[in-house]
Amino acid sequence: MAKTAMIEIKGQDSVASLQEFLRALLTRGEIGAVLVAQHLPMKNVVMPVLVTDESRLGAADPLAPAFPMNAAKILSRLTRKPLGTVMAAVLRPCEIRAFVELVKLKQGSLDDVVLIGLDCLGAYSNVDYAALAAENGTEFTRSFCAQMLDEKGFVSENDKLAGACRACEYPVPENADVLIGLVGGDTSGSFFVKANTDKGLELLDKLRLPSGQEPPRRKEAVANLVSRRTAFRDKMFEETSSATSDPEKLMSYLANCVNCYNCRVACPVCYCKECVFVTDVFDHEPSQYLRWARRKGILKMPTDTVFFHLTRLAHMSTACVGCGQCSNACPNNVPVMQIFRTISSHTQRAFDYHAGMSVEEEPPLSSFREHEFSEVTGGRD
Amino acid sequence: MVGNAVSSIGFTWSQETWEGKMADYEPTIIAFVCNWCTYTAADLAGTSRLIQPPNVRMIRMMCTGMVDPKYVVKALLEGADAVLISGCHPGDCHYINGNLKARRRIKLLKEILPRFGFDERRLKMTWIGASEGIDFAETIREMVAEVKAMGPNELRQKMVL
Repeated sequence: MAKTAMIEIKGQDSVASLQEFLRALLTRGEIGAVLVAQHLPMKNVVMPVLVTDESRLGAADPLAPAFPMNAAKILSRLTRKPLGTVMAAVLRPCEIRAFVELVKLKQGSLDDVVLIGLDCLGAYSNVDYAALAAENGTEFTRSFCAQMLDEKGFVSENDKLAGACRACEYPVPENADVLIGLVGGDTSGSFFVKANTDKGLELLDKLRLPSGQEPPRRKEAVANLVSRRTAFRDKMFEETSSATSDPEKLMSYLANCVNCYNCRVACPVCYCKECVFVTDVFDHEPSQYLRWARRKGILKMPTDTVFFHLTRLAHMSTACVGCGQCSNACPNNVPVMQIFRTISSHTQRAFDYHAGMSVEEEPPLSSFREHEFSEVTGGRD
Repeated sequence: MVGNAVSSIGFTWSQETWEGKMADYEPTIIAFVCNWCTYTAADLAGTSRLIQPPNVRMIRMMCTGMVDPKYVVKALLEGADAVLISGCHPGDCHYINGNLKARRRIKLLKEILPRFGFDERRLKMTWIGASEGIDFAETIREMVAEVKAMGPNELRQKMVL
């Protein structure tokens, strides 16, 4: 049975109340370290921070609408070998889903980690966050939460948020060990807390939080949010599909790409340790370029941009969790997230796969069946 | 199809030239074939003097399971008119199940590429065993005829890389 509890919001300060919860993890929860988004002291930038001393949580702000990187990559580094202590990772739902994908690819482990997921209200792109939040830090987070959640706990529309967030149909981290709920609740009074796994239950027991029930309006508020985001997503799929429906359109869609590979570096599920596109396979001889140019009389430089994106789609679209970091990292505003999400929706459906939902679900390209997809080989198998 | 073909970047064919091209067009087919079965079958077809069109460029792989999707993507982007992947019948794979892994990868490509307007018929996968020389020749004849009817891969003329 899932156990529920609550985090009281003292003095209307949701940020400080969450910090208190994080402190409790280190003091009462027998947790050795907390990975959580925190405002950096030197600049108003939010980054994942690993904290072992409860007095150093004063700038922790997992609700900040900033999303500079998908922390699944960080967690993958931290869990590569046994830690010798239990770590709590406070993550967005898409970070949890990306981490689940990495665990399945043996690039991370759930053994020493308790995943704490917060309902996600979305985040701004890096550029927008820097402009909007300026020097206001946690104050900006408070006003963001107040603006996003109405008094009944319903989530308001915000067309300034990153496209990936507006199209995200998984705002609730159902596969976290401990879920902290905002949606549907009374955010001036308390956050709803739920343990989804035995690990989560054990942690809640130690934390001795005040008991609480799922807010009565939560299901309705979540359904409302998900249906709005799904509608936005489907519209995005439609627009992207028609903008890339033939090779020529695909070329102009990706025309701004300069092969910086930032999208690949930012992608939490681009799993290769060394990408083929940075190996000497692509260190073509200068004379090779000339031969290519002579074939058609003209050669677009840099070469292999469309090839790069098509290859990446084939390699990781079945694992794409739609976090949007590819678009966030693109220096030239190529709508990378849109095309990856659109194609992912088809490839994941083809293999009846739901990226990041469960560690039990086999990644499509790591498994096979004897009898399947006979249409690929003309009906013979 | 003709409508699309004449609207390529920096290149325009008149209707007459296009039809002329179509008539004497010889397709190029890139075939990634397994060393243990289809390659041997192709050899057998040759030594048996079975007649087959010379449009296929064969790339001998140790297993179809090592055909990375990017090889197929690259071939099509470079203007290959079709790509064939041919391996051992299920259960016959020299490496136990490489062919079944290949099937998933081709399934994946057939899910991705047509959404960008690549004709799905330009990507084919077959199982041809080492003793099936006749089957190999027949497959190639059929494929060449089908690709000829489809016309050239437009990317041959377009500025994509």
